[in-house]
Amino acid sequence: MSLLHSLTQRDRVFDFMAPQASPVDVRHGPILYMEDVTVSFDGFKAINNLNLTIDDGELRCIIGPNGAGKTTMMDIITGKTRPTSGSVWFGSRHNLLNMNEPDIASLGIGRKFQKPTVFEALSVFENLELAMAADKRIFPTLTARMTGEIKDRIDEVLETIGLTALRHQPAGILSHGQKQWLEIGMLLMQRPRLLLVDEPVAGMTEQEMERTAELLTGLAGKQSVVVVEHDMGFVRSIARQVTVLHQGSVLAEGSMDQVSNDPKVIEVYLGADDEEVA
Amino acid sequence: MSLTTESSTNFWLTRPFSERSTQIFLGVLLAALALVTILHVVVPPSNPLHVGAYTVNLFGKYLSYALLAVAVDLVWGYLGILSLGHGAFFAIGGYAMGMYLMRQIGERGTYGHPVLPDFMVFLNWDSLPWYWLGFDMAWFAFAMVLIAPGLLALVFGFLAFRSRVTGVYLSIITQALTFALMLAFFRNEMGFGGNNGLTDFRELLGYNLRSNDTRLGLFLATGVALGLGYILCRAIVTSKLGRVSIATRDAEARTRFLGYRVERFQLFVFVVSAMLAGLAGALYVPQVGIINPSEFSPIFSIEIVLWVALGGRATLYGAVIGAILVNYAKTIFTGVMPDAWLFALGAMFVLVTVFLPKGVAGLFHYLKRRKRDDTANNDPNADPTSKEASA
Amino acid sequence: MRRFLSLALLCFLLLGITLTAQAQSTDAASNPTNDAAALELLEALDVESYTAKGEAITAILQSDDERARDWLQALLDGRLQRTDNGRFVLVLENRGRDWPVADVLTGEALGEMSRRDLERVGINNNLRNQLRSAIAVVDLYSPNVERRRTSAERLLGEVDGELVQPINDLIEQEEDDQVRYRLTQAVAIYRAEAGEMAGVEALDGSLHPRSRVALSRAVNGDDPVIANAAAASLAGIEQQLKINRGLETLYFGLSLGSVLVLAAIGLAITFGVMGVINMAHGELMMLGAYTTWAMQQLLPGQPGLALILSIPAGFMVAALAGVAIERGVIQFLKGRPLETLLATFGISLILQQLVRTVISPLNRTVITPEWMSGSLVVNDALSLTLNRMYVLGFALVVFAGLMLIMRRTRLGLEVRAVTQNRAMARSMGIRATRVDIMTFALGSGVAGLAGVALSQLTNVGPNLGQNYIIDSFMVVVFGGVGNLWGTLVAGLSLGVINQVLEPWAGAVLAKIIVLVFIILFIQKRPRGLFPQKGRAAEG
Repeated sequence: MSLLHSLTQRDRVFDFMAPQASPVDVRHGPILYMEDVTVSFDGFKAINNLNLTIDDGELRCIIGPNGAGKTTMMDIITGKTRPTSGSVWFGSRHNLLNMNEPDIASLGIGRKFQKPTVFEALSVFENLELAMAADKRIFPTLTARMTGEIKDRIDEVLETIGLTALRHQPAGILSHGQKQWLEIGMLLMQRPRLLLVDEPVAGMTEQEMERTAELLTGLAGKQSVVVVEHDMGFVRSIARQVTVLHQGSVLAEGSMDQVSNDPKVIEVYLGADDEEVA
Repeated sequence: MSLTTESSTNFWLTRPFSERSTQIFLGVLLAALALVTILHVVVPPSNPLHVGAYTVNLFGKYLSYALLAVAVDLVWGYLGILSLGHGAFFAIGGYAMGMYLMRQIGERGTYGHPVLPDFMVFLNWDSLPWYWLGFDMAWFAFAMVLIAPGLLALVFGFLAFRSRVTGVYLSIITQALTFALMLAFFRNEMGFGGNNGLTDFRELLGYNLRSNDTRLGLFLATGVALGLGYILCRAIVTSKLGRVSIATRDAEARTRFLGYRVERFQLFVFVVSAMLAGLAGALYVPQVGIINPSEFSPIFSIEIVLWVALGGRATLYGAVIGAILVNYAKTIFTGVMPDAWLFALGAMFVLVTVFLPKGVAGLFHYLKRRKRDDTANNDPNADPTSKEASA
Repeated sequence: MRRFLSLALLCFLLLGITLTAQAQSTDAASNPTNDAAALELLEALDVESYTAKGEAITAILQSDDERARDWLQALLDGRLQRTDNGRFVLVLENRGRDWPVADVLTGEALGEMSRRDLERVGINNNLRNQLRSAIAVVDLYSPNVERRRTSAERLLGEVDGELVQPINDLIEQEEDDQVRYRLTQAVAIYRAEAGEMAGVEALDGSLHPRSRVALSRAVNGDDPVIANAAAASLAGIEQQLKINRGLETLYFGLSLGSVLVLAAIGLAITFGVMGVINMAHGELMMLGAYTTWAMQQLLPGQPGLALILSIPAGFMVAALAGVAIERGVIQFLKGRPLETLLATFGISLILQQLVRTVISPLNRTVITPEWMSGSLVVNDALSLTLNRMYVLGFALVVFAGLMLIMRRTRLGLEVRAVTQNRAMARSMGIRATRVDIMTFALGSGVAGLAGVALSQLTNVGPNLGQNYIIDSFMVVVFGGVGNLWGTLVAGLSLGVINQVLEPWAGAVLAKIIVLVFIILFIQKRPRGLFPQKGRAAEG
């Protein structure tokens, strides 16, 4: 409970979460800049002239009905999918379209998948160990030794995500919610500049959701966070800026209240009020 | 494994020695080598316990197969790459050794040519092809035993992993690779003896290959190579790189998003495995006295995979057990009722995959666990390595 | 030879006889007075002097006896013999000690006679040439069109000045286009070689090797105008030949490709829909081929009917075997494609060995029915073997059938649904298990059909499947998994590529090059020629 308590202090930044020195140039404002991005699969435009800007340190929520292109957007940012046209910049120096997934990851973009993906055959501890920011080339990895410093950091994160007791268990036996947390823990180990979090609270209890909300809002400011979520209650509890995607482009952008009163948004959600949308 | 992850700060190559499974494996291997040597050398031939030269030779062959199986388990068990072409690396290592042995024949060939092997004289070639140069020197040939398969694996793996060819696609193209090589080596124009391959070897490093002492020496050398290969693989899989491999096997995309250049890790492990396979081939050839293109045949490569599957994937020692068991069975069957061997082999493929997915090693684990703790959280469907991880 | 030919032909023409007409008047054989005359003609053959024999042959030619051709043929083959009592007989089969013989005049079978009691009417090489020419010319008057065609073709390059006019007369009487064409050509060759412009012109575009010989002789002629014209014709013909060779390669390529398509398309279905690698697919083809063999054993003497019945039978046998494999093994390995690959490989070993043990390790002969043998002659440089054409057509029909099933039937719809999203399809009430069984049965059945087709092109033996399995996987991977069009295009193009490479690389090297090409191609386009895109491809 003391852990929970410490997490409720939103302004506190854990030192292990402090971003590492990054070459990303954010002097000109945005940390992520997407312009006129289009992706088409066999003529079907999953993303259609998408424009999106995320400021350094911002916490942004992205909502939208199924098929709006949320996951595809994340795929583009992390280098998994190449857009048909458009440009994507990380800071003002790095063109993400010229880079592959590991490059983008080591540049400081971390991603949590919609379906929690942890390494089931490895223990919880090992999962975090692999996620840790380190020299990830082959020979350093082969000869890597476990130092006290690394162990302490892993222990710290283990505590934050509440999995200390399960540290030696294979990740495969964790519950769905625990896997979500482990994946968030892995993100924390990576110390990214920009976190892309896809549906972080799916399968979580009310209490776990609260903890997640605390954690994400605590990260914002120092790191930039983009959350894709369906749970409107959760979005409302953390959101400052909300972007609504529809059919692959931005339908509306603004505070939660502005967005939920936007007639276009209401129409997209078939006139439902936002409680039902949740 | 997780315990060593946290506690050991020692050198990665010596890390396996602190593992119990490795200690047991090395103990059994050394005991077996010593036992065979004693039964062969000390026990007189009149005694029924005496192990004859033929049997020593046979065991030596099994051990080289075991090393090959370890190499396959390294990529299949820990990296999730089902290579149906490892026979190719084995064969290339074997050809490198065979070329050295051919050059050692010198003027004693049927045609008595001082430089050219018999088959080249037969084909009316007047000089040695460039790729045969240097193979009269042992150090060069032995280096090629590792370099040639390593290089092929490097080029092939680079192309395949870079474009993210994985799963069954990779299996199919590795099979195509070994098939293409088989066709190529069957051609006389390739300069590797065509159909007949390389044979009629005389001596290795000055030792007569037909003497019993040399055979014993080769058997022991193969045993040592198996031990060293095992330790190397163990060191790799218990290192952080080994955990990256397992991560790649289970969730390739996720590993990439953590910042690992997955294709390079795959390539590294693949090349190491290919070199081990080449070494196994090089030890195999002087013991059987011939190398021909049939070692490239796709069916042989699939058979190797069966050894690993039968022994238990992702354990390394399971691969050794499987290789020895299957090949022992093959020796028995082909001696007693050769027609039934393919039935038995086919049935083994089916039964192992359906009923014994974790192989003999999995059976050990299961029995051990049940004895230790019936109530343990034991998910029979968990991946074989989950037990490995907590062992 | 020319001399004899012209002589022989002239004899006919001078006598104003056309055997065609005479053949219709029949019954000459039973006419006793004729027989007496005939016997006289034959008696004249049995003399010492070869010159006299030559005259006797001419006499036979000049006689209007319609049996003349058979006598001459028998004489040429050494089967015209004489018994101790001077009777002329025809030896029907000269093997062993006792030969069955027939009376030359009446055709009546006389039972077997000891070879010692017979004496051959001997001939020499000169006479042989004379006989061959004579027979060729006799055949020009035969009522049988095939004989006239063969005979006319034999005339190419054998015509001389004296023959031109008679042949031209024949051309006018001839009803068959082909015979007329050949005779015209034969005259043209003579003219071209004699340095006549008309001949060179007439030979323009002719693809027969003899025409080219004639033209190249004309090129060396004295008249530069004619020489130039001949050279131009020759160049044009070379061009034509090149095109024809290209077409032939294309045909062989498409034929090989159609085999690959047949072998791969069933695999494409099981692999594409279920993600199942069935290494026993080749052995299912083998079962189809053996079904054809068994069917022909059951229906001796009716290979055609047996082949047609084998189509449904082969399908059923392979489909049942496929269902047995699916139910017996594959269903327990859901979601473990690599293990499935190993298990089905085990099954393939068992099936192969089963055939070796039960039937034979040796190849079996499957008969090609008459209507499938032979070839379609397009022109002098291009003829297409019929069996390959049938297989090509069969492959296209099977492909179209599968397309129809996939596009137009409920099963196809369900299969496509399961391919794209198994979980979703299941939740929509599609019984995925049933779809799996049906798909596997369909894919395996098609393998059986491929086996039936293959039995017409290649040896039927226990290794039949093994020879095709790697190739067919290559086709599926090359074409893009889950895409039937991809399989068709990939199969046909790989077949053609292989055949194009073969002439300059050799069969083995061509195969290696194709394999390496595909390995490299997969690097560039890991999902094949026609990849699935979007979310369906993520699985």
